Amino acid sequence: MTYEDFSHFAGTWGLVFLFVLFIGAIAYAFWPSNKKKFEKASRLPLNDEEPLNDEENGEEKK
Amino acid sequence: MAASKEAGAGTFGAATLGVGAAFVLGAFLSIYIAAKTHEAAMATHATFFLLFFVFGLFALGKRHFDALERGPAPQAQDGVQYSDGVIRAGVIATLFWGIAGFAVGVLIAFQLAFPVLNFDVSWLSFGRLRPLHTSAVIFAFGGNALIATSFYAVQRTCKTRLAGDIAPWFVFWGYQLFIVLAATGYLMGVTQSKEYAEPEWYVDLWLTIVWVVYLLVFLVTLAKRREPHIYVANWFYLAFIVTIAMLHIGNNLSIPVSLLSVKSYTFFGGVQDALIQWWYGHNAVGFFLTAGFLGMMYYFVPKRAERPVYSYRLSIIHFWALIFLYIWAGPHHLHFTALPDWAQTLGMTFSIMLWMPSWGGMINGLMTLSGAWDKLRTDPVIRMLVVSIAFYGMSTFEGPVMSIKAVNSLSHYTDWTIGHVHSGALGWVGFVSFGAIYCLVPWLWRRKELYSLALVSWHFWVATLGIVLYITSMWVSGIMQGLMWRAYNDLGLLEYSFVETVEAMHPFYIIRGLGGVLFLLGALIMVYNVYRTIRGDVRQGEKLDAAPAGSGQIIATPAE
Repeated sequence: MTYEDFSHFAGTWGLVFLFVLFIGAIAYAFWPSNKKKFEKASRLPLNDEEPLNDEENGEEKK
Repeated sequence: MAASKEAGAGTFGAATLGVGAAFVLGAFLSIYIAAKTHEAAMATHATFFLLFFVFGLFALGKRHFDALERGPAPQAQDGVQYSDGVIRAGVIATLFWGIAGFAVGVLIAFQLAFPVLNFDVSWLSFGRLRPLHTSAVIFAFGGNALIATSFYAVQRTCKTRLAGDIAPWFVFWGYQLFIVLAATGYLMGVTQSKEYAEPEWYVDLWLTIVWVVYLLVFLVTLAKRREPHIYVANWFYLAFIVTIAMLHIGNNLSIPVSLLSVKSYTFFGGVQDALIQWWYGHNAVGFFLTAGFLGMMYYFVPKRAERPVYSYRLSIIHFWALIFLYIWAGPHHLHFTALPDWAQTLGMTFSIMLWMPSWGGMINGLMTLSGAWDKLRTDPVIRMLVVSIAFYGMSTFEGPVMSIKAVNSLSHYTDWTIGHVHSGALGWVGFVSFGAIYCLVPWLWRRKELYSLALVSWHFWVATLGIVLYITSMWVSGIMQGLMWRAYNDLGLLEYSFVETVEAMHPFYIIRGLGGVLFLLGALIMVYNVYRTIRGDVRQGEKLDAAPAGSGQIIATPAE
């Protein structure tokens, strides 16, 4: 593979790949059924004082 | 890790033994290099490595015997179940390196105004202290702030304890060793002369090891999360960690002269080397100083304002747009050089496009305050965070403007660039880190509030005044410098000699130095405030009711 081949591949298919990926990210952000999930996620920093407690996570809460 | 669960039987599991064996090997290698090398700098650094490994082995041993003594008691207890010890250490390291880095910055600012301050000592020459300043503020202050806050945010938003027991501490101490090696190396004249990537090959290899462990700690913590969704702050932190790993390895590919020498030669030459360097350099800005600190913003601003981020959808688009665009912007550092014209134009175009995610992110951060703008008046910590976002907006507006070739032909190589960098570094990175530290200290040390919010307010105003002095003096100085360089007389000869431009900049250099003094002064006020907070003091006459409710953390020892 020469430099020209590589450069051509990057300039065509690479562009298509990245563009489709980016469109995918936008579609994910605006997909209506994701709205609820995101609303829940946006509250994650607000109620995080203690970790969820279970067997796997260690011992009894003090 | 696995080893920690076998308390009572000590901690000598596979993980501890593996780390211990690696430390023993490292210690022997250090002794070998220190003994055989003919270079004083290499011998010094091999000794630093040796000390690190020996202290590391002591720490592993102490941990083992402490566990034996405690019996089969539970280990995972240092912040209820979150792992907070390493974050407390990170906050203190951030403050320490911050003061060191700001102080060296003030010194070199005055060296430019008064060259006699070199004292004719090679170690104190501007050329050696300048990388010491940049590395100390970016990697030591900023890096420690990022590691500490990322460890804090990832545990809280994943509702799980940080992965590993030894690993996070290895990341912390390994990173401090990297800083000490880099800093002392610069003073001894050890550099590979790549801006923001000055450390030589052995320091680069060490940072690679530390960084991969950091990445693993972060990834494993994400993997064992108790929340279905990975909060957006963690996306930014992860992008920062992954991209810095890629950039660091790419830009530092080099061949050492020998195992016993500090000197190495880069893989690339000429314009290729320059492009790789600025692909690294600009993405260090994009992913270290932007993506990482945006992670900080997306956690600490909502937390402090007690409101969810303005638009979670916008934060996702902010993330992906920033990631897709930033990586291409580096060539704008090489306008009008041997770099092919199309590559320069590409760098400029992507820089302009960066306006969109940058301002999207700024709006998202600022609007998180909507409905709670009164907190700007009552809570100086929020004020600091909000002003940091404003500076993020300003410097990410200015940057693309400067990347336009026509503007760049005036601004490049002048003080305007220095002013631009510092509006981002002091205003955005500095203030968002200060805000995060003011949030973190009471939470980590279980204090009800900071020692004094009034002192936070003092810090805010003193530092803000310092930034304003700094950036305005550098605007005037830089534009004047650029105009003087390009001025021709009637005969078509250059109007000014170089030294005339230097002379004209003298007053602005003094103003800039004074701005730096104020910024340093503000940071010293913060250190005092944090020290008193950790001691558990509350300043007389503080209006506690005006203070925000904070994090709602468990208060173990109310300060009295």
